[in-house]
Amino acid sequence: MTRFVVGRLLLFVGGLAVASVLIFATLRLLPGDVAQAIAGTTGSPEQVAALRQQLGLDRPVVVQYLDWAGGLVRLDLGESLVTGTPVIDEVLDKLAVTLPLAALSLVFGLLIGIPLGVTSALRRGRASGVVLGTGAQLLAAVPVVWAGMLLIGVFAVTLRLLPTQGFPADGWSEPGRALRSLVLPALTIGIVEGAVLLRFTRSAALGALDQDYVRTAAANGMTRSRALVKHGLPNVMLSVVSILGLQVAGLIVSAVVIEQLFTLPGLGRMLVTDVGRRDLTKVQGELMTLTTLVLFIGLVIDLVHRRLDPRLREGDR
Amino acid sequence: MRRGAFVRELLRRPQGAFGVGWLTLIVLSALISRFWTPLDPFDTDPYSAWLTPSFGHPFGTDSVGRDIFSYVFAATGTTVVVAVASGVVATVVGVGLAALGSLTARWVRESVAVLIDVLVAFPTLLIAMALAAAFGGSLTVVVVAVGVGYGVTIARVSRSEIRQVARTDYVLAARANGLGTGAVLRRHVLPNIAPVVVVQLSLSMATSVLAEAGLSFLGYGAPADTASWGRLLSDLQKFIGVHPGSVVWPGLAITLTVLALNLLGDAVRDASDPRLRSRLRSRRTGRDTPGSPSTSGPSTAPPRATAPGAAGTPTTPGVVS
Repeated sequence: MTRFVVGRLLLFVGGLAVASVLIFATLRLLPGDVAQAIAGTTGSPEQVAALRQQLGLDRPVVVQYLDWAGGLVRLDLGESLVTGTPVIDEVLDKLAVTLPLAALSLVFGLLIGIPLGVTSALRRGRASGVVLGTGAQLLAAVPVVWAGMLLIGVFAVTLRLLPTQGFPADGWSEPGRALRSLVLPALTIGIVEGAVLLRFTRSAALGALDQDYVRTAAANGMTRSRALVKHGLPNVMLSVVSILGLQVAGLIVSAVVIEQLFTLPGLGRMLVTDVGRRDLTKVQGELMTLTTLVLFIGLVIDLVHRRLDPRLREGDR
Repeated sequence: MRRGAFVRELLRRPQGAFGVGWLTLIVLSALISRFWTPLDPFDTDPYSAWLTPSFGHPFGTDSVGRDIFSYVFAATGTTVVVAVASGVVATVVGVGLAALGSLTARWVRESVAVLIDVLVAFPTLLIAMALAAAFGGSLTVVVVAVGVGYGVTIARVSRSEIRQVARTDYVLAARANGLGTGAVLRRHVLPNIAPVVVVQLSLSMATSVLAEAGLSFLGYGAPADTASWGRLLSDLQKFIGVHPGSVVWPGLAITLTVLALNLLGDAVRDASDPRLRSRLRSRRTGRDTPGSPSTSGPSTAPPRATAPGAAGTPTTPGVVS
C-alpha cells in the first residue's frame, strides 16, 4: 500500500508540475506580449515598456515562471492585471459556489445512475430495460447546456418551480435560498453525468449477473435481483468508483458552462469572464485551481478504490 | 477482413446503420449548404421575428427574424469541418505518441508513458480556455484543444495495442529480416490497430462536436459570421424565458450527431471483433460461419483476445458543452 500511495502521490505532484508549466507556457505564447495586451493599441511604446517593467515581464521567462510557481506553493496566485486585487481571495470566494454545485451534481448523478443502471441490467431484454438503456445512450450525447435550457423551460418557465438565474448576493447566509438556486443547475449536470454512470453501472452489473456466485445464490432460492444486490453490488460499486475520477472531472468542466447558463458566480463563470478580459494572471490562477481540483479528486478516488478493493489490498501485504 | 464484408457487418447493426445514415445526411447537408440554403441564414428581418414553425420556416425564426432551419442547415458545414479536423489531429497526435511510447528506446518509451498518464487527466475544455485566453476564441482553438486533449486518450488506448502487436512473432521475424521501426509501424502495426483507432476517431469527433458547441456557447468558438449550433444556442438562450421552444432544434442537431458518432464507434468496435461477429451471425442464422479468408498477407492480426475499448467505457471524458 505504502508503495502505491507514494507512487500515486508522485504522479499527483508531477501532474501539478506539468500542469503549471503547460498553463504558464500557453499563456506566454500570446502574440505580442501581456503588457501590449493590457496597454491596448493606444499605448505608446514608453507606456508598454514601463508596464512591462512593473509586471516583471522584462525578466527571463524561466525566472517569471519560478516566481509564479513559488507563489503557487504558498497559495499566492498573484494579483489581477485589471483590478490589482489578490487572485486567491476571489478564487476562494467563487469556490464557495462551485464546490457545492459540483457536490450536489455528483449526488444527483449517483442517485440517477446507480439504481437505474442496476435496474436496467436486471431487466435486460425486456421493454423497460431497453428503454432505460436507449434513454441513457441518448442522454449521454446531450450537450449539457441544452439539457440546462430544457430544464429551465420545464421547471422554471412552465411550472415556475425553481429559480433559473443567479445566486443570493449574500452567499450562504440563507442556506435554504442558496441551495434552491443550485438545484436546477446541479440537476442538469447530474442528469447528463448520471446517464454516463447508468451505462457504466449497467455493464458492470451485467458482468456481475454472469458470475458464478450470483448463479449459486439463485440456485439456492434467492431471486436474481436479491442475489445481485446482496453479492454483486460490492463488485459493481468498485468498478463505479474506479471511473468516478473521470466523472468528477467531467462534472467540474460541466460546471464552467452551466454556471454561465444559470449566471452563478462560481469559478467557471469567473474564468469565462477573465478569458474575455485577457486578465492573464487570473486566468492562470483559475486554470491552475481547476486543474488541481481535478487532479486531487483523481488522487483521492484512486486511493479510496485501492483501499476498498480487497484483491488489491491482498497484493499489498 | 475484406472491406465489403466489414461494411456489411457495420450496416447490419442498428447502431451502425443509424450512425452511418445520420452522418451521411450531415455531410451531404454540409456540402449542399456551401452552395445553397433555403433562405440566407444571416438575413435578418425584424418584421418576421419569432415566427412559429410553418412551411416557409420549418423551425420558425429567431429574435432578429433569421430562419432557424437555414441556420441549422448551414451550421452542418462548421460541425463537419471541426469534427474532421479535430479527429485527424487527435489521431495523428495519439498514434504518434503511442508509437513513441511503445516502439522506441526504453527510457523514451517510459517517459512518454508517464507523460501520457499525466496529460490524460487534463480536461479538454480547460485546454481550450487556456488557448482562448492567449489567442482569442476561434474554431482553430477547438481543433487544437480536442486534438491534443483527446489525442492523449487515443495514445493511451493504442499504446497497449501497439505493444501487443510489437510482441508478436511476425513483427520479430520482420525485424530479424532487417525491417526498420518506421516500416514495421507502417506495414504491421498500423493495419492491426486500425479498428481501435477508427473507434477512437469517431469518439474524438463526438467530443469535438460537444466541445465546439460548448465553446461557441461561451463565446470562444465560432466567430459571429460563422453559423454554429453552439452559437445559435447561445443566441436563443437570452430569450429562453419567452420562447423556450426555439432551442430545441440546434440542441437536437448536436445530440443526434454526437449520438451517431458514439453509436458508430460502438458498431465499428463490434463489427471488427471476430468473436462478436460470429456470435451475432449464428444468433441470426442459427449456425456458425467460417471466418473469411484473409487476403492481406503476414500482417493480418490473430483473432483479438479482447474487444478493443471494452464495452461500457464512458465516452468523451472531461468534455462538455
